[in-house]
Amino acid sequence: MSGTMSQQPFHVIGRGVERRDGMGHVTGTTEYIDDVRYPGMLHLKMVRNPLVHARIKGIDLSEAEQVPGFVRALTAADVPKNVYTILCLIGVEPDEEQVLAAERARYRGEPIVAVVAETEAAALEAVSKVKLDLEELPAVFDVEEALKPDAPVVTHWGTNYFVYEGHHCRRIRYGDAAAARASADHVVEGTYQTSPTEHAPTETTGCIAKPEADGRITVHTNTQALYFSLDNTAIILQIEPARLHFMGGTVGGGFGGKVDVITEPIACLAALKTGRPVRYVYSREEEMRVSSTRSGNRIRIVDGVMADGRIVSREVATWHDAGAYSRHSPYGATKHAANVAGPYTIPNVSIDVHCVYTNRQPSSAFRGFGVTEASFAIEMQMDRIARQVGIDPWELRLRNAYRNGDERPYRKTVEDATLIETIQAAAELVGHSLAPELRELRS
Amino acid sequence: MPSEVFEFELNGRPTEVMARPLATLGHVLREQLELRAAKAGCRQGGCGSCTVLVDGAPVLSCLLPVANVAGRSVTTLESFGGEDRLQQVFHEHFAVQCGFCAPGMLIAARALLDRNPSPTRGEIAEALVGNVCRCTGYESIIDAIVASAAGRPPSASDREAGRLAEVTES
Repeated sequence: MSGTMSQQPFHVIGRGVERRDGMGHVTGTTEYIDDVRYPGMLHLKMVRNPLVHARIKGIDLSEAEQVPGFVRALTAADVPKNVYTILCLIGVEPDEEQVLAAERARYRGEPIVAVVAETEAAALEAVSKVKLDLEELPAVFDVEEALKPDAPVVTHWGTNYFVYEGHHCRRIRYGDAAAARASADHVVEGTYQTSPTEHAPTETTGCIAKPEADGRITVHTNTQALYFSLDNTAIILQIEPARLHFMGGTVGGGFGGKVDVITEPIACLAALKTGRPVRYVYSREEEMRVSSTRSGNRIRIVDGVMADGRIVSREVATWHDAGAYSRHSPYGATKHAANVAGPYTIPNVSIDVHCVYTNRQPSSAFRGFGVTEASFAIEMQMDRIARQVGIDPWELRLRNAYRNGDERPYRKTVEDATLIETIQAAAELVGHSLAPELRELRS
Repeated sequence: MPSEVFEFELNGRPTEVMARPLATLGHVLREQLELRAAKAGCRQGGCGSCTVLVDGAPVLSCLLPVANVAGRSVTTLESFGGEDRLQQVFHEHFAVQCGFCAPGMLIAARALLDRNPSPTRGEIAEALVGNVCRCTGYESIIDAIVASAAGRPPSASDREAGRLAEVTES
């Protein structure tokens, strides 16, 4: 460190900083949502779609209502605005996800009837006694199958893709990729498939909603996105946001899995309908089988490469599996489009990212979603190019690395590039000897 | 089965509760006795967040019927008090992030150190095998336990020291 640096009044850099919440965690006194208890608190459990794609022809509550401790049930008809989409807050359309499935359930585990009871055990027993009259519909699970003309239709508008400003996919066009590929020395093709994964936080998703005497609702929630949840709850309940007092920030693991609007709207509705505090916390099984996952992506890359290792064209088609509802997938697919050319400067790029609806449980946010999948596919592809063209994989990456002043396919100029220096440092750390001219490269 | 009265020692004090025999110890602790340090992460014995000591051995309170602890001694994290060295090193080593697994981790670590005051990193990992952490990462947790066992005041170099211990072992 230089002398001038050390004279700066830094209070954090270069020092260990004590966690504000650390002592609460190690003494077990941190208050997570399920450590909150209110007198008279009711428990909410969900009747879920036991099939995959189903038409709901009838709901019979008569036996459930006889369970001792049963308080009431809520169906789609009780929800003021039952169909919504999380990102409506930033202008994304159309509304498509149901708070409680009305005529059609689109994935296994989709909520249909909320049951509120005096105890958790009574709620579970009443849930088991709700009779659903369902007609099973054909389902689609594969992203490319879902885009075929005769595929079962998942959405309410007839096509199984999210529409980006009038286009059937998120597109990037830069230069003329097809022409550049035609005159390249090598064409390297690869298809890469990622799997849906579950966040598996140790604390399951949930909230406790308590109606107050002044008409407001106090909500203890472990959401990662307090105002997404608050605003969407106000929209779904058709009430003023000022009536909602959301308290959050203590999250027992999230990783993106607690960004969706899952438990608060229905718990608040139940609190309003019953006038009592309502607890709605996922079981581990619900967390694993119902909560959103990382999307599974199929990524097909065709690269035009010259004999010296220069990549002159990259054409990518990606199918991003949103599952039955889009949630944060349109955003994830856009991030994917921006990053799937990789941190390389390629003069001709064409990218189509399809955000596809299937009958899987919805996918959504998960640590770098869209980008993580792109990085996996791109670096697998770079190794494939190295093998097929017969060039050292270190050299291939260094020769094609983006540099300051280069233009990205989405027409931003690169600043603060450090890829070359990072690769050089990595080579040194693992004892890989780079040729002198590669050691002299700079971003 | 109807409820019965069960007597046991809880954090050193005689305790009695009225509960159904098959009610879990975790349910009795959290819902009846309002001791909520032990967490209900999965309620199926998979995550270890609910770990408490019964006669000094770590058990999953989400699976153990309360009837099984009648006449025995139960210890929860509440008994540590905040001044415990293990708590201090967990805090200072960033062995907690979201904190949800910490109560179970601390109990499992206490059980280990009580029977083996200077465990190797491998023995620590073995002792924590039933405790799932999803964010902190196990290395910093092991580092904290190594520091605690070594009896040193925790310091910024403990993480490095923990790694050295690993190298020395292997």
